[in-house]
Amino acid sequence: MNSKAVTAVGALGLAMLLVGSTIGLFVAPAERHMGDVQRIMYVHVPSAWAALLCFTAAFGLAIASLWSAKPRYDALMVGTIETGVVFNALLLAQGMIWGHAAWGVWWDWDVRLTTSLVMLLLFAGVLGLRSFVDDTERRAAWSGAATIIAFVDVPLVYFCVRWWRSLHQIQSSPETVDRAMTLPLRINAIALLLMAIWWTVFRARLAMARRQEETVSQPARIRVAERYEHA
Amino acid sequence: MNVGMQTVAAARPGLGAQIFSMIRKDLLLEWRSRSRLVSLLLFGVVTLVLFSFAADADTARLRASAAGFLVIALLLSSTLALSESFRLERENSGIEGLLLLPADPIALFYGKALSSTLLLALLAPILAPIAIVLYSLNSSVGGLLAMLGIWALAAAGLAAPGTLYAAMTSRLQSRDVLLPILLFPLVVPVLLATVKALTLILNGDAMGQLRPWTLFLLSFDILHWSLGGILFSYVCEEA
Repeated sequence: MNSKAVTAVGALGLAMLLVGSTIGLFVAPAERHMGDVQRIMYVHVPSAWAALLCFTAAFGLAIASLWSAKPRYDALMVGTIETGVVFNALLLAQGMIWGHAAWGVWWDWDVRLTTSLVMLLLFAGVLGLRSFVDDTERRAAWSGAATIIAFVDVPLVYFCVRWWRSLHQIQSSPETVDRAMTLPLRINAIALLLMAIWWTVFRARLAMARRQEETVSQPARIRVAERYEHA
Repeated sequence: MNVGMQTVAAARPGLGAQIFSMIRKDLLLEWRSRSRLVSLLLFGVVTLVLFSFAADADTARLRASAAGFLVIALLLSSTLALSESFRLERENSGIEGLLLLPADPIALFYGKALSSTLLLALLAPILAPIAIVLYSLNSSVGGLLAMLGIWALAAAGLAAPGTLYAAMTSRLQSRDVLLPILLFPLVVPVLLATVKALTLILNGDAMGQLRPWTLFLLSFDILHWSLGGILFSYVCEEA
Protein backbone atom coordinates (compact mmCIF):
# COMPACT_ATOMS: atom_id res chain seq x y z
CA MET A 1 0.00 0.00 0.00
CA ASN A 2 1.61 3.30 -1.08
CA SER A 3 1.76 6.40 1.12
CA LYS A 4 -1.00 8.26 -0.71
CA ALA A 5 -3.40 5.31 -0.42
CA VAL A 6 -2.67 4.97 3.31
CA THR A 7 -3.21 8.69 3.90
CA ALA A 8 -6.46 8.50 1.88
CA VAL A 9 -7.66 5.59 4.03
CA GLY A 10 -6.85 7.59 7.19
CA ALA A 11 -8.52 10.76 5.87
CA LEU A 12 -11.63 8.78 4.89
CA GLY A 13 -11.69 7.22 8.37
CA LEU A 14 -11.45 10.64 10.05
CA ALA A 15 -14.19 12.07 7.83
CA MET A 16 -16.47 9.10 8.55
CA LEU A 17 -15.78 9.43 12.29
CA LEU A 18 -16.85 13.07 12.09
CA VAL A 19 -20.04 12.20 10.20
CA GLY A 20 -20.87 9.22 12.42
CA SER A 21 -20.26 11.15 15.65
CA THR A 22 -22.33 14.11 14.41
CA ILE A 23 -25.25 11.78 13.64
CA GLY A 24 -24.74 10.02 16.97
CA LEU A 25 -24.65 13.28 18.95
CA PHE A 26 -27.31 15.35 17.17
CA VAL A 27 -29.54 13.16 14.96
CA ALA A 28 -29.96 9.82 16.72
CA PRO A 29 -32.63 9.81 19.43
CA ALA A 30 -31.69 9.75 23.10
CA GLU A 31 -32.00 6.32 24.73
CA ARG A 32 -35.18 6.00 26.81
CA HIS A 33 -33.58 4.94 30.11
CA MET A 34 -30.03 6.27 29.97
CA GLY A 35 -30.64 9.49 28.06
CA ASP A 36 -27.74 11.32 26.40
CA VAL A 37 -25.02 9.37 28.20
CA GLN A 38 -25.82 6.41 25.94
CA ARG A 39 -24.37 8.38 22.99
CA ILE A 40 -20.86 7.43 24.12
CA MET A 41 -21.72 3.96 22.77
CA TYR A 42 -21.21 5.27 19.23
CA VAL A 43 -17.47 5.43 19.91
CA HIS A 44 -17.21 2.92 22.79
CA VAL A 45 -18.50 -0.11 20.87
CA PRO A 46 -16.48 0.63 17.68
CA SER A 47 -13.36 1.10 19.88
CA ALA A 48 -13.97 -2.35 21.35
CA TRP A 49 -14.39 -3.90 17.89
CA ALA A 50 -11.27 -2.15 16.59
CA ALA A 51 -9.19 -3.28 19.61
CA LEU A 52 -10.37 -6.89 19.32
CA LEU A 53 -9.76 -6.88 15.56
CA CYS A 54 -6.25 -5.45 16.01
CA PHE A 55 -5.32 -8.07 18.61
CA THR A 56 -6.79 -10.87 16.47
CA ALA A 57 -4.74 -9.62 13.51
CA ALA A 58 -1.67 -9.44 15.79
CA PHE A 59 -2.24 -13.09 16.72
CA GLY A 60 -2.34 -14.13 13.05
CA LEU A 61 0.72 -12.02 12.27
CA ALA A 62 2.58 -13.48 15.26
CA ILE A 63 2.01 -16.99 13.89
CA ALA A 64 3.14 -15.83 10.42
CA SER A 65 6.20 -14.11 11.92
CA LEU A 66 7.25 -17.19 13.92
CA TRP A 67 6.54 -19.49 10.98
CA SER A 68 8.34 -17.51 8.28
CA ALA A 69 10.69 -15.23 10.30
CA LYS A 70 9.94 -12.46 7.80
CA PRO A 71 10.52 -8.96 9.26
CA ARG A 72 7.43 -7.67 7.45
CA TYR A 73 5.10 -9.77 9.61
CA ASP A 74 6.88 -8.72 12.78
CA ALA A 75 6.57 -5.03 11.82
CA LEU A 76 2.87 -5.42 11.02
CA MET A 77 2.38 -7.32 14.28
CA VAL A 78 3.88 -4.51 16.35
CA GLY A 79 1.77 -2.00 14.37
CA THR A 80 -1.45 -3.86 15.16
CA ILE A 81 -0.50 -4.26 18.83
CA GLU A 82 0.29 -0.56 19.23
CA THR A 83 -2.96 0.40 17.53
CA GLY A 84 -4.89 -2.17 19.57
CA VAL A 85 -3.41 -0.85 22.81
CA VAL A 86 -4.52 2.70 21.93
CA PHE A 87 -8.08 1.52 21.16
CA ASN A 88 -8.10 -0.65 24.29
CA ALA A 89 -7.08 2.34 26.45
CA LEU A 90 -9.76 4.47 24.78
CA LEU A 91 -12.29 1.70 25.32
CA LEU A 92 -11.57 1.58 29.05
CA ALA A 93 -11.60 5.38 29.38
CA GLN A 94 -14.96 5.65 27.57
CA GLY A 95 -16.35 2.76 29.63
CA MET A 96 -15.29 4.49 32.85
CA ILE A 97 -16.98 7.74 31.81
CA TRP A 98 -20.17 5.84 30.98
CA GLY A 99 -19.90 3.72 34.14
CA HIS A 100 -19.61 6.81 36.33
CA ALA A 101 -22.81 8.22 34.84
CA ALA A 102 -24.76 4.94 34.70
CA TRP A 103 -23.47 2.90 37.65
CA GLY A 104 -22.24 5.75 39.86
CA VAL A 105 -18.67 4.40 39.99
CA TRP A 106 -15.66 4.86 37.73
CA TRP A 107 -14.65 1.23 38.01
CA ASP A 108 -16.18 -2.09 38.99
CA TRP A 109 -14.42 -5.46 39.14
CA ASP A 110 -16.90 -6.85 36.70
CA VAL A 111 -15.69 -9.71 34.49
CA ARG A 112 -15.85 -7.70 31.22
CA LEU A 113 -14.01 -4.74 32.71
CA THR A 114 -11.40 -6.96 34.34
CA THR A 115 -10.68 -9.02 31.22
CA SER A 116 -10.46 -5.82 29.13
CA LEU A 117 -7.96 -4.32 31.58
CA VAL A 118 -5.96 -7.56 31.58
CA MET A 119 -5.96 -7.49 27.75
CA LEU A 120 -4.47 -3.98 27.81
CA LEU A 121 -1.80 -5.00 30.34
CA LEU A 122 -0.90 -8.16 28.41
CA PHE A 123 -0.37 -6.43 25.08
CA ALA A 124 1.34 -3.44 26.69
CA GLY A 125 3.62 -6.06 28.29
CA VAL A 126 4.50 -7.39 24.82
CA LEU A 127 5.51 -3.86 23.79
CA GLY A 128 7.49 -3.55 27.04
CA LEU A 129 9.30 -6.81 26.28
CA ARG A 130 10.19 -5.57 22.79
CA SER A 131 11.71 -2.39 24.16
CA PHE A 132 14.19 -4.38 26.26
CA VAL A 133 15.46 -6.73 23.52
CA ASP A 134 18.21 -5.35 21.25
CA ASP A 135 18.65 -8.30 18.89
CA THR A 136 16.09 -7.92 16.08
CA GLU A 137 15.50 -11.64 15.39
CA ARG A 138 15.25 -12.50 19.07
CA ARG A 139 12.84 -9.58 19.56
CA ALA A 140 10.61 -10.83 16.74
CA ALA A 141 10.54 -14.42 18.04
CA TRP A 142 9.97 -13.51 21.68
CA SER A 143 7.30 -10.92 21.03
CA GLY A 144 5.59 -13.32 18.61
CA ALA A 145 5.43 -15.99 21.32
CA ALA A 146 4.26 -13.44 23.92
CA THR A 147 1.56 -12.18 21.53
CA ILE A 148 0.18 -15.70 21.02
CA ILE A 149 0.08 -16.19 24.80
CA ALA A 150 -1.58 -12.78 25.32
CA PHE A 151 -4.23 -13.54 22.69
CA VAL A 152 -5.72 -16.21 24.98
CA ASP A 153 -7.48 -13.34 26.81
CA VAL A 154 -9.17 -11.97 23.66
CA PRO A 155 -11.92 -14.64 23.32
CA LEU A 156 -12.44 -14.32 27.09
CA VAL A 157 -13.14 -10.58 26.69
CA TYR A 158 -15.71 -11.28 23.98
CA PHE A 159 -17.50 -14.27 25.53
CA CYS A 160 -17.17 -13.52 29.26
CA VAL A 161 -20.51 -11.66 29.38
CA ARG A 162 -22.22 -14.83 28.13
CA TRP A 163 -20.24 -17.27 30.28
CA TRP A 164 -20.44 -15.41 33.60
CA ARG A 165 -22.90 -13.06 35.26
CA SER A 166 -21.81 -9.54 34.42
CA LEU A 167 -22.88 -5.96 35.04
CA HIS A 168 -21.90 -5.30 31.45
CA GLN A 169 -24.64 -6.06 28.94
CA ILE A 170 -24.25 -8.89 26.42
CA GLN A 171 -23.76 -8.12 22.71
CA SER A 172 -26.81 -6.39 21.19
CA SER A 173 -28.45 -7.51 17.98
CA PRO A 174 -29.20 -4.91 15.24
CA GLU A 175 -32.80 -6.26 15.22
CA THR A 176 -33.37 -4.95 18.73
CA VAL A 177 -31.88 -1.48 18.10
CA ASP A 178 -33.50 1.40 16.22
CA ARG A 179 -32.03 2.05 12.75
CA ALA A 180 -31.31 5.66 13.73
CA MET A 181 -28.99 4.26 16.38
CA THR A 182 -27.34 1.49 14.34
CA LEU A 183 -26.44 3.91 11.51
CA PRO A 184 -23.91 6.07 13.48
CA LEU A 185 -22.63 2.92 15.16
CA ARG A 186 -21.88 1.30 11.80
CA ILE A 187 -20.36 4.47 10.30
CA ASN A 188 -18.07 4.86 13.30
CA ALA A 189 -17.16 1.16 13.26
CA ILE A 190 -15.98 1.45 9.65
CA ALA A 191 -14.29 4.78 10.46
CA LEU A 192 -12.26 3.30 13.33
CA LEU A 193 -11.41 0.26 11.23
CA LEU A 194 -9.99 2.53 8.51
CA MET A 195 -8.10 4.55 11.11
CA ALA A 196 -6.75 1.31 12.60
CA ILE A 197 -5.44 0.31 9.15
CA TRP A 198 -3.89 3.76 8.74
CA TRP A 199 -2.12 3.69 12.13
CA THR A 200 -1.06 0.07 11.73
CA VAL A 201 0.57 0.63 8.35
CA PHE A 202 2.19 3.84 9.59
CA ARG A 203 3.59 2.15 12.74
CA ALA A 204 4.64 -0.95 10.79
CA ARG A 205 6.64 1.23 8.39
CA LEU A 206 8.27 2.92 11.35
CA ALA A 207 9.11 -0.49 12.86
CA MET A 208 10.62 -1.64 9.56
CA ALA A 209 12.68 1.56 9.27
CA ARG A 210 13.94 1.13 12.86
CA ARG A 211 14.82 -2.49 12.20
CA GLN A 212 16.73 -1.58 9.05
CA GLU A 213 18.55 1.17 10.91
CA GLU A 214 19.50 -1.27 13.68
CA THR A 215 20.65 -4.07 11.38
CA VAL A 216 22.48 -1.81 8.92
CA SER A 217 24.19 0.40 11.43
CA GLN A 218 25.18 -2.32 13.94
CA PRO A 219 28.21 -3.56 11.96
CA ALA A 220 29.16 0.03 11.25
CA ARG A 221 29.00 0.80 14.98
CA ILE A 222 31.13 -2.27 15.73
CA ARG A 223 33.70 -1.21 13.11
CA VAL A 224 33.92 2.25 14.65
CA ALA A 225 34.28 0.76 18.15
CA GLU A 226 37.02 -1.62 16.93
CA ARG A 227 38.87 1.26 15.30
CA TYR A 228 38.84 3.16 18.61
CA GLU A 229 40.04 0.05 20.45
CA HIS A 230 42.98 -0.42 18.11
CA ALA A 231 43.85 3.26 18.08
CA MET B 1 30.20 -38.28 9.00
CA ASN B 2 26.86 -39.86 8.25
CA VAL B 3 27.64 -42.78 10.49
CA GLY B 4 28.50 -40.39 13.31
CA MET B 5 25.28 -38.46 12.89
CA GLN B 6 23.27 -41.68 12.88
CA THR B 7 25.00 -42.76 16.07
CA VAL B 8 24.08 -39.47 17.74
CA ALA B 9 20.48 -39.76 16.55
CA ALA B 10 20.21 -43.33 17.79
CA ALA B 11 21.73 -42.45 21.16
CA ARG B 12 19.23 -39.62 21.77
CA PRO B 13 16.74 -40.76 24.40
CA GLY B 14 12.99 -40.37 23.96
CA LEU B 15 11.04 -37.28 24.97
CA GLY B 16 9.84 -38.82 28.24
CA ALA B 17 13.35 -39.81 29.24
CA GLN B 18 14.67 -36.33 28.40
CA ILE B 19 11.93 -34.68 30.48
CA PHE B 20 12.69 -37.04 33.37
CA SER B 21 16.42 -36.23 33.10
CA MET B 22 15.67 -32.49 33.16
CA ILE B 23 13.48 -32.81 36.27
CA ARG B 24 16.07 -35.04 37.93
CA LYS B 25 18.85 -32.54 37.14
CA ASP B 26 16.86 -29.58 38.53
CA LEU B 27 15.73 -31.41 41.67
CA LEU B 28 19.24 -32.79 42.26
CA LEU B 29 20.69 -29.28 42.04
CA GLU B 30 17.97 -28.12 44.42
CA TRP B 31 18.59 -30.97 46.82
CA ARG B 32 22.34 -30.30 46.92
CA SER B 33 21.96 -26.72 48.09
CA ARG B 34 18.30 -26.57 49.20
CA SER B 35 18.78 -22.83 49.21
CA ARG B 36 15.97 -22.09 46.74
CA LEU B 37 13.34 -24.15 48.57
CA VAL B 38 14.33 -22.71 51.95
CA SER B 39 14.31 -19.13 50.65
CA LEU B 40 10.94 -19.71 48.96
CA LEU B 41 9.45 -21.08 52.16
CA LEU B 42 10.81 -18.22 54.26
CA PHE B 43 9.58 -15.72 51.69
CA GLY B 44 6.10 -17.32 51.71
CA VAL B 45 5.91 -17.31 55.52
CA VAL B 46 7.10 -13.68 55.75
CA THR B 47 4.48 -12.69 53.14
CA LEU B 48 1.70 -14.41 55.11
CA VAL B 49 2.83 -12.68 58.30
CA LEU B 50 2.95 -9.28 56.58
CA PHE B 51 -0.56 -9.74 55.20
CA SER B 52 -1.77 -10.05 58.81
CA PHE B 53 -0.61 -6.49 59.44
CA ALA B 54 -2.07 -5.29 56.14
CA ALA B 55 -5.46 -6.53 57.44
CA ASP B 56 -4.88 -4.73 60.76
CA ALA B 57 -4.45 -8.15 62.46
CA ASP B 58 -8.24 -8.40 62.55
CA THR B 59 -9.22 -12.11 62.69
CA ALA B 60 -12.52 -11.67 60.82
CA ARG B 61 -10.84 -9.77 57.96
CA LEU B 62 -7.96 -12.23 57.86
CA ARG B 63 -10.36 -15.15 57.68
CA ALA B 64 -12.32 -13.51 54.86
CA SER B 65 -9.16 -12.79 52.80
CA ALA B 66 -7.10 -15.86 53.75
CA ALA B 67 -7.45 -17.57 50.36
CA GLY B 68 -6.32 -14.40 48.56
CA PHE B 69 -3.31 -13.98 50.84
CA LEU B 70 -2.26 -17.59 50.28
CA VAL B 71 -2.52 -17.22 46.51
CA ILE B 72 -0.59 -13.94 46.47
CA ALA B 73 2.13 -15.61 48.57
CA LEU B 74 2.28 -18.38 45.97
CA LEU B 75 2.39 -15.89 43.09
CA LEU B 76 5.22 -13.84 44.61
CA SER B 77 7.15 -17.02 45.42
CA SER B 78 6.67 -18.26 41.85
CA THR B 79 8.54 -15.31 40.32
CA LEU B 80 11.44 -16.00 42.68
CA ALA B 81 11.44 -19.70 41.82
CA LEU B 82 11.21 -19.17 38.07
CA SER B 83 13.83 -16.45 37.76
CA GLU B 84 16.20 -18.39 40.04
CA SER B 85 15.72 -21.54 37.95
CA PHE B 86 16.88 -19.75 34.80
CA ARG B 87 19.59 -17.74 36.57
CA LEU B 88 21.52 -20.97 37.15
CA GLU B 89 21.13 -21.96 33.49
CA ARG B 90 22.19 -18.51 32.30
CA GLU B 91 25.30 -18.33 34.46
CA ASN B 92 26.53 -21.72 33.29
CA SER B 93 25.21 -21.46 29.69
CA GLY B 94 23.11 -24.48 30.64
CA ILE B 95 20.39 -24.06 28.01
CA GLU B 96 22.96 -23.80 25.18
CA GLY B 97 24.73 -26.89 26.52
CA LEU B 98 21.51 -28.88 26.70
CA LEU B 99 20.48 -27.82 23.19
CA LEU B 100 23.90 -28.89 21.87
CA LEU B 101 23.51 -32.41 23.35
CA PRO B 102 21.02 -32.18 21.52
CA ALA B 103 18.11 -32.07 23.98
CA ASP B 104 14.65 -31.44 22.56
CA PRO B 105 13.40 -27.90 23.40
CA ILE B 106 10.02 -29.46 24.22
CA ALA B 107 11.72 -31.65 26.84
CA LEU B 108 13.51 -28.57 28.21
CA PHE B 109 10.22 -26.76 28.60
CA TYR B 110 8.31 -29.60 30.22
CA GLY B 111 11.26 -30.54 32.42
CA LYS B 112 11.71 -26.97 33.66
CA ALA B 113 7.98 -26.35 34.07
CA LEU B 114 7.43 -29.64 35.94
CA SER B 115 10.34 -29.07 38.31
CA SER B 116 9.07 -25.52 39.04
CA THR B 117 5.56 -26.92 39.59
CA LEU B 118 6.91 -29.50 42.03
CA LEU B 119 8.89 -26.88 43.90
CA LEU B 120 5.90 -24.53 44.18
CA ALA B 121 3.55 -27.39 45.11
CA LEU B 122 5.92 -28.29 47.94
CA LEU B 123 5.21 -24.90 49.54
CA ALA B 124 1.57 -25.83 50.14
CA PRO B 125 1.99 -28.48 52.90
CA ILE B 126 3.89 -25.86 54.93
CA LEU B 127 2.19 -22.57 54.04
CA ALA B 128 -1.41 -23.86 54.26
CA PRO B 129 -1.12 -25.08 57.91
CA ILE B 130 0.69 -21.84 58.81
CA ALA B 131 -2.17 -19.83 57.26
CA ILE B 132 -4.70 -21.98 59.15
CA VAL B 133 -2.94 -21.14 62.42
CA LEU B 134 -2.16 -17.45 61.71
CA TYR B 135 -5.58 -16.58 60.30
CA SER B 136 -7.62 -18.79 62.70
CA LEU B 137 -9.14 -20.83 59.87
CA ASN B 138 -11.29 -23.92 60.34
CA SER B 139 -10.30 -26.76 58.08
CA SER B 140 -10.67 -30.54 58.25
CA VAL B 141 -8.05 -32.98 56.97
CA GLY B 142 -10.19 -33.48 53.86
CA GLY B 143 -10.35 -29.72 53.36
CA LEU B 144 -6.59 -29.44 53.75
CA LEU B 145 -6.06 -32.17 51.14
CA ALA B 146 -8.46 -30.42 48.75
CA MET B 147 -6.49 -27.19 49.32
CA LEU B 148 -3.26 -28.98 48.41
CA GLY B 149 -4.87 -30.27 45.19
CA ILE B 150 -6.04 -26.80 44.16
CA TRP B 151 -2.63 -25.37 45.11
CA ALA B 152 -0.91 -27.93 42.83
CA LEU B 153 -3.18 -26.91 39.93
CA ALA B 154 -2.44 -23.24 40.62
CA ALA B 155 1.31 -23.98 40.78
CA ALA B 156 1.06 -25.69 37.37
CA GLY B 157 -0.87 -22.69 35.99
CA LEU B 158 1.87 -20.33 37.14
CA ALA B 159 4.79 -22.56 36.15
CA ALA B 160 3.88 -23.14 32.47
CA PRO B 161 3.64 -19.51 31.24
CA GLY B 162 6.22 -18.52 33.87
CA THR B 163 8.79 -20.92 32.42
CA LEU B 164 8.25 -19.52 28.92
CA TYR B 165 8.56 -15.92 30.09
CA ALA B 166 11.48 -16.66 32.43
CA ALA B 167 13.36 -18.26 29.51
CA MET B 168 13.01 -14.97 27.64
CA THR B 169 13.56 -12.48 30.43
CA SER B 170 16.47 -14.31 32.08
CA ARG B 171 18.64 -13.01 29.23
CA LEU B 172 17.76 -9.38 29.87
CA GLN B 173 19.16 -6.94 32.35
CA SER B 174 15.69 -5.86 33.44
CA ARG B 175 14.52 -9.47 34.03
CA ASP B 176 13.41 -8.81 37.63
CA VAL B 177 10.95 -6.16 36.44
CA LEU B 178 9.86 -7.76 33.18
CA LEU B 179 8.93 -11.21 34.46
CA PRO B 180 6.20 -9.94 36.83
CA ILE B 181 5.01 -7.39 34.22
CA LEU B 182 4.47 -10.19 31.70
CA LEU B 183 3.35 -12.95 34.05
CA PHE B 184 1.04 -11.25 36.55
CA PRO B 185 -1.68 -10.05 34.12
CA LEU B 186 -1.61 -13.40 32.32
CA VAL B 187 -2.25 -15.42 35.45
CA VAL B 188 -5.20 -13.35 36.69
CA PRO B 189 -7.55 -16.27 35.78
CA VAL B 190 -5.40 -18.60 37.93
CA LEU B 191 -5.54 -16.19 40.87
CA LEU B 192 -9.28 -15.73 40.49
CA ALA B 193 -10.09 -19.44 40.20
CA THR B 194 -7.71 -20.43 43.02
CA VAL B 195 -9.03 -17.79 45.40
CA LYS B 196 -12.62 -18.84 44.65
CA ALA B 197 -11.83 -22.55 45.05
CA LEU B 198 -9.86 -22.09 48.30
CA THR B 199 -12.58 -19.83 49.72
CA LEU B 200 -15.20 -22.47 48.90
CA ILE B 201 -13.10 -25.17 50.60
CA LEU B 202 -12.57 -23.01 53.72
CA ASN B 203 -16.05 -21.48 54.00
CA GLY B 204 -18.21 -24.28 52.61
CA ASP B 205 -19.56 -25.00 49.15
CA ALA B 206 -23.34 -24.93 49.51
CA MET B 207 -23.98 -24.25 45.80
CA GLY B 208 -21.50 -26.82 44.41
CA GLN B 209 -19.28 -24.20 42.79
CA LEU B 210 -15.95 -25.86 43.56
CA ARG B 211 -16.12 -28.23 40.59
CA PRO B 212 -16.58 -25.55 37.86
CA TRP B 213 -13.78 -23.40 39.32
CA THR B 214 -11.48 -26.42 39.49
CA LEU B 215 -12.34 -27.27 35.87
CA PHE B 216 -11.64 -23.67 34.87
CA LEU B 217 -8.22 -23.88 36.54
CA LEU B 218 -7.55 -27.21 34.84
CA SER B 219 -8.54 -25.77 31.43
CA PHE B 220 -6.11 -22.86 31.93
CA ASP B 221 -3.37 -25.36 32.83
CA ILE B 222 -4.01 -27.58 29.79
CA LEU B 223 -4.09 -24.57 27.43
CA HIS B 224 -0.86 -23.02 28.72
CA TRP B 225 1.03 -26.30 29.06
CA SER B 226 0.16 -27.02 25.43
CA LEU B 227 1.00 -23.51 24.18
CA GLY B 228 4.25 -23.42 26.14
CA GLY B 229 5.39 -26.72 24.63
CA ILE B 230 4.72 -25.41 21.11
CA LEU B 231 6.27 -21.96 21.59
CA PHE B 232 9.32 -22.83 23.69
CA SER B 233 11.34 -24.04 20.69
CA TYR B 234 10.93 -20.60 19.03
CA VAL B 235 12.03 -18.88 22.23
CA CYS B 236 14.98 -21.26 22.66
CA GLU B 237 16.20 -20.91 19.09
CA GLU B 238 16.60 -17.19 19.61
CA ALA B 239 17.81 -17.41 23.20
